[in-house]
Amino acid sequence: MANQKDYDIVVIGGGPGGYVAAIRAAQLGMRAAVVEKEHLGGICLNWGCIPTKALLRAAELRHNLEHLSDYGIEVTGEVKVNLAKVVERSRGVAARLSGGVAHLLKKNKVEVISGTATIKGKSGAKRLVGVTGKEAFDITAKHVIIATGARARQIPNMESDGNQIVTYRDAMVPKTMPKSLIVVGSGAIGIEFASFYRDMGVEVTVVEAMDRILNAEDSEISAMAHKAFEKRGMTILTSAKLQKLEKSNESVTATIDLKGKIEKVTAERVIMAIGIVGNSENLGLEGTKVKIDRGHIETDGYGATGEAGIYAIGDVTGAPWLAHKASHEGIICVEKIAGIKDVHEIADNSVPGCTYCRPQIASVGLSEDAAKKAGRDIKVGRFPFLANGKAIALGDDEGMIKTIFDAKTGELLGAHMIGPEVTEMIQGYAIARTLETTEVELMQTIFPHPTLSEAMHESVLDAYDRAIHF
Amino acid sequence: MSISIKMPALSPTMTDGTLAKWLVKEGDEVRSGDVIAEIETDKATMEVEAVDEGVVAIIAVEAGAQNVPVNAVIAVLAEEGEDPASVSVEESASTPAMAMAEDAPAVEPVSAPISVPAPVATPAASSAGRVFASPLARRIAAQNELPLDGLQGTGPNGRIIKHDVETALSQGISAPASTPSSATLPVTTPLAEDRFVPHSAMRRTIAQRLTESKQTAPHFYLTIDCELDTLLAARKAMNATAGEGVKISVNDMIVRAAAYALMKVPDVNGSYEEDGCRYFADADVCIAVALDGGLVTPVIPAAQNKGLAEISQISKTLATQARDGTLPPSAYAGGTFTISNLGMFGIKEFAAVINPPQGAILAVGAGEQRPVVKDGQLAVATVMSVTLSADHRVVDGALGAQWLQVFQEVIENPVLMLV
Repeated sequence: MANQKDYDIVVIGGGPGGYVAAIRAAQLGMRAAVVEKEHLGGICLNWGCIPTKALLRAAELRHNLEHLSDYGIEVTGEVKVNLAKVVERSRGVAARLSGGVAHLLKKNKVEVISGTATIKGKSGAKRLVGVTGKEAFDITAKHVIIATGARARQIPNMESDGNQIVTYRDAMVPKTMPKSLIVVGSGAIGIEFASFYRDMGVEVTVVEAMDRILNAEDSEISAMAHKAFEKRGMTILTSAKLQKLEKSNESVTATIDLKGKIEKVTAERVIMAIGIVGNSENLGLEGTKVKIDRGHIETDGYGATGEAGIYAIGDVTGAPWLAHKASHEGIICVEKIAGIKDVHEIADNSVPGCTYCRPQIASVGLSEDAAKKAGRDIKVGRFPFLANGKAIALGDDEGMIKTIFDAKTGELLGAHMIGPEVTEMIQGYAIARTLETTEVELMQTIFPHPTLSEAMHESVLDAYDRAIHF
Repeated sequence: MSISIKMPALSPTMTDGTLAKWLVKEGDEVRSGDVIAEIETDKATMEVEAVDEGVVAIIAVEAGAQNVPVNAVIAVLAEEGEDPASVSVEESASTPAMAMAEDAPAVEPVSAPISVPAPVATPAASSAGRVFASPLARRIAAQNELPLDGLQGTGPNGRIIKHDVETALSQGISAPASTPSSATLPVTTPLAEDRFVPHSAMRRTIAQRLTESKQTAPHFYLTIDCELDTLLAARKAMNATAGEGVKISVNDMIVRAAAYALMKVPDVNGSYEEDGCRYFADADVCIAVALDGGLVTPVIPAAQNKGLAEISQISKTLATQARDGTLPPSAYAGGTFTISNLGMFGIKEFAAVINPPQGAILAVGAGEQRPVVKDGQLAVATVMSVTLSADHRVVDGALGAQWLQVFQEVIENPVLMLV
């Protein structure tokens, strides 16, 4: 035990929550280590956010090429998709970034330990962590942060077979394009895959158990998205409960309870995207005061669990399952441990959400329904991209921006966007909310012309019946 | 860095004064709280205390010098490790450190001959700090008439955010408790032209509650003189033997004496209500603290159970918080009796407006040397006049007089404070 390594902070899991927490700890002068069992960057970077964006970019280009003539450009010859190369590029992007994370950790003198970690107990005032990899050894740390993420939720008898029925991981590296596809679940993950495959020419049916798709979004936005996807040839079934999946050699048949009526849909492949569950097992949490509720570790606003010295951040702590939330939680957790002043837990509804389908969707804060439900007297502004000069010039004028203000205080309660590049614009409203601006500061801000962001300005003006261009 | 000691302003209107006497000489070491000089005005002689430690490097103004302008450098201290010989008046003249009782600024109502008051016209006092608050916090505060300057911000760098305002509002605070009109803010700069200043929430509250007090509570006033010499000697002895960090002021002793008297004559510790009078078990004693643009009356709760050191400690904390704008709302809510002390301005005596719904308020004037007749002989004693304003609906004349007698007895026999 003489050579047992000791750290101030050991982070279990090298995803966007874990590696960011470790770097912040190192910045604050702590000796930090990350234990990662597979690949730095976690699911986000290797099997989530990043590689899917590479795929969606390819799909967008394909879509654009098909519409070149709208812009007066004529290309003769066939547009062909080399699927293997599309996937290869996506993997290359992930690999490059994963290598980047390794470099960042090294630069910040964070030790990366390959293996699987288990909390074994206490060693004096410290935690004893066992690592199993190529070899097994123990390390100790004052603080252990669990950042083990989550995995796709599976339903019995409908488990992924890696071929006909798949989850996100296989859906991201298709060897062939199916002719037809059923996507079960219409959260961000399901919708992004539906959008990608549809733009690649696949017949797509989305099956959603709730009465609307993208249930986390404002209902008006999800209705607009529903229409936009249908216009692109997607079939969308809502209030549709999947009862069973039957495989034949060529296809999978889904039996669906559609508002009480039993329907069958057959497709070549099925993507299951029905949510995720936390990776909270085999961490040695049994017998500790750490509480786990349906797979997710319970924490306070700063990542502290019921057990002193053990913290959890990111997807393993529950929804919303977003990389940027995990990163931010990692930072505040470490800063709180370091005793930094004025560290604030993540405020309610302050995590922006983005879905990179076509048209894009982005939001922050309360939806209109949620604001009303919270008893707020609200003012709602809307501005459609079809009245925005830049959007028209781009040939991409579908969508709108909706803003919700508290009628009494002028607080920006929520912003909901669907349309071109909205995922890049939502930060403007996020900053406004963090700075606690009211409608006045937003109205007084000069938005550059011509930009898509002018629609953000006009939406605010519209909430107070002052929109100029609509 | 050397420290300049400047001519203090002993009253808002004072422009110059006489340096009566030096109690230190060049080369002497001084510690915070040491009396270093005596200054005379037409009204009184006051002692100047050092607030920093160091060695007296230069005495710039000779004893007996008259018409020394306020803020002129009268002496320079060399700090520890600094060679006193290297210190010059010019170099340190720009040093902002006012040596005058900076730990007892305008807000610490210490009465006169003991310690010199407040830096009446320091630059810091006249340039009120900008309050950092988010637009949303400002708006919600304005809608609820909550002054922001009393709030503690929890945003980045202490910025006041929505959460802070909502927390204050949820604690039922709308504006600081009203206070006697008698405690006024020192005038800092002459007016160049007429000004119109829109009401702050604090100003509105002061106006509304004190008008209500004068209109509904029939005030009457009783004045008594208290000799302070025994008390001053006792204070000196206590401070000399007290532990590190304990420095009892005259005002602390006044608070203690008032609490004692409220226990002995409990019917003064009451409040008039429509259907009856309510008498309080505890003497929750408020002290009026002047702020930029108003005043607050933080409370020393159950002062009858607190010793002088504790009262001194609480009072110091409250004054500092009030000055820094960090006074928690709970610290100025409630109170059963108020003390307003303008002794530091050389005010001989005055009558304060009752802080409703309390039943009485004590206005404390300056302690000063006066001729008194003792055993048929003319003698000199340090005398302080105090005036009790009482609400006649709760307190009758004889009762108020009885209370003042007890108060005077304690002040003149401070050993009672230890009981």
